Amino acid sequence: MKIFEKLSHIDRRFIYILIAIVVIVPLLLKPKLPIVPTKPVKDIYDYVENLPQGSNILISIDYDAASMPEQQPFLEALLRQCFRNKLKPIMIVQWQLGAPLGTTGLEKIAKECNAQYGVDYINLGYRPGYVAQMVGIGREIRDYFAVDYKNVSIDSFPIMRNIHNYNDFALLVGLEAGATYLLWVEYAGGRFKQKIALALNAVSAPDAYYFYQSKQIIGLVGGMKGAAEYEVLENKPDLAVAGMASQSYSHILIILFIVLGNITYFVEKSRKKKEGGR
Amino acid sequence: MATTIGIWIAAGLTLFIYSFLYKDNPFYKFAEHLYVGITAGYWLIYTWAYTIQPMLLDPIIKNKEFILIIPAFFGVIMLTRWFPSISWLSRWSIAFTVGIGAGLGVTGSIQGFILPQLKSTILPLTGLNFATFNNLLIIFGVFTTLVYFYFSREHKGLLGHTAKVGMTFIMIAFGASFGYTVMARISLLIGRIYFLMFDWIGMMFGK
Repeated sequence: MKIFEKLSHIDRRFIYILIAIVVIVPLLLKPKLPIVPTKPVKDIYDYVENLPQGSNILISIDYDAASMPEQQPFLEALLRQCFRNKLKPIMIVQWQLGAPLGTTGLEKIAKECNAQYGVDYINLGYRPGYVAQMVGIGREIRDYFAVDYKNVSIDSFPIMRNIHNYNDFALLVGLEAGATYLLWVEYAGGRFKQKIALALNAVSAPDAYYFYQSKQIIGLVGGMKGAAEYEVLENKPDLAVAGMASQSYSHILIILFIVLGNITYFVEKSRKKKEGGR
Repeated sequence: MATTIGIWIAAGLTLFIYSFLYKDNPFYKFAEHLYVGITAGYWLIYTWAYTIQPMLLDPIIKNKEFILIIPAFFGVIMLTRWFPSISWLSRWSIAFTVGIGAGLGVTGSIQGFILPQLKSTILPLTGLNFATFNNLLIIFGVFTTLVYFYFSREHKGLLGHTAKVGMTFIMIAFGASFGYTVMARISLLIGRIYFLMFDWIGMMFGK
């Protein structure tokens, strides 16, 4: 039973090394594990796929660098799908620190797909206000976004000519790292009946599934796993798919740690009880 | 060249932060303080460039929208909290904010959360199939969880048993949240290691 005593006092750094190994090795060896798209992810993909050409999609960047590995792959996959189907992404930002990430992703995919700024897509940048802004867009988007992210009047861009409020967006896609999605559901969805799709960080995803069940959102992409599913659907595997093997193996390791930790706990507890009984 | 320098700085700072896993050290502290400082600076610039200048100063100076002096005044008196003798002034601004928040919140919550969620809990229980079982599970889960949060009577007898079932549902939800949290944290690690392996080391080997 000495092994359990040793395990109960194991150096945490040993666990970190094991986690690092199970993350690094699959990234190097690239084993192929099946990634099967789930219904909440597929629902978003199918909805976007069936939109008529020229439909406008409002994309809200509500995350920052701390969520980049989870959100950026989905953003890029979604933008590829939009440009492939001749849909028009209109990007806005609710989180200041997310503005450069959204811009980087949009510019990268627009260049890859030969999309033209102001005609096929536009970046309206960050504006403060949250609820006031969300309610305001329901009336007239120009009240908050009179200029784009480079301070150019939005009326000078052909893409914005017929866009005024939620009625002009076929879909609102929120890429969310915090609780901003609740406001989108509450105001854009509840008040203006805007169709909403959400991509949430894995931490927040379980809290949003009930919006999917109640059909307040059309679908849900949960964390890197959801992004990987979207990449598979778009047939363009990227960072999220590359990380899935590491994700799976590290989960197995953590489950083993939990099982081992519990066994050690109970064995040690019973040993101490016996020693106390003597 | 700028990209190369950027990648080196990002890689160095990532390693500085991860050095904390071994033990606390000056490199970690440097990276931590740098991050806090840069974030604060970034926020300050954004607040000035996207809020104060375009939404307050420019309209007042260029468009003569003097009505904006009123909200600006309310904003300024928020800062009186720093001065105990006149800190009561800040309550006016807080009252204004609370009033707007409550007004928007009440209608928003009813329209956006309560009614749609109530509607989605009223589910058909007809037919012997998996959908009926799912619906039953949702109704049972909602009911028992609500009972768990009923504190006006002691949780004994039938009420106690029902509350215990409700607690089990809550525990399952916590378990799902924990699983997703593990996935989120590992995703961040994967993102950083991917960057170190393919962007930083890859760049050094010209890949």
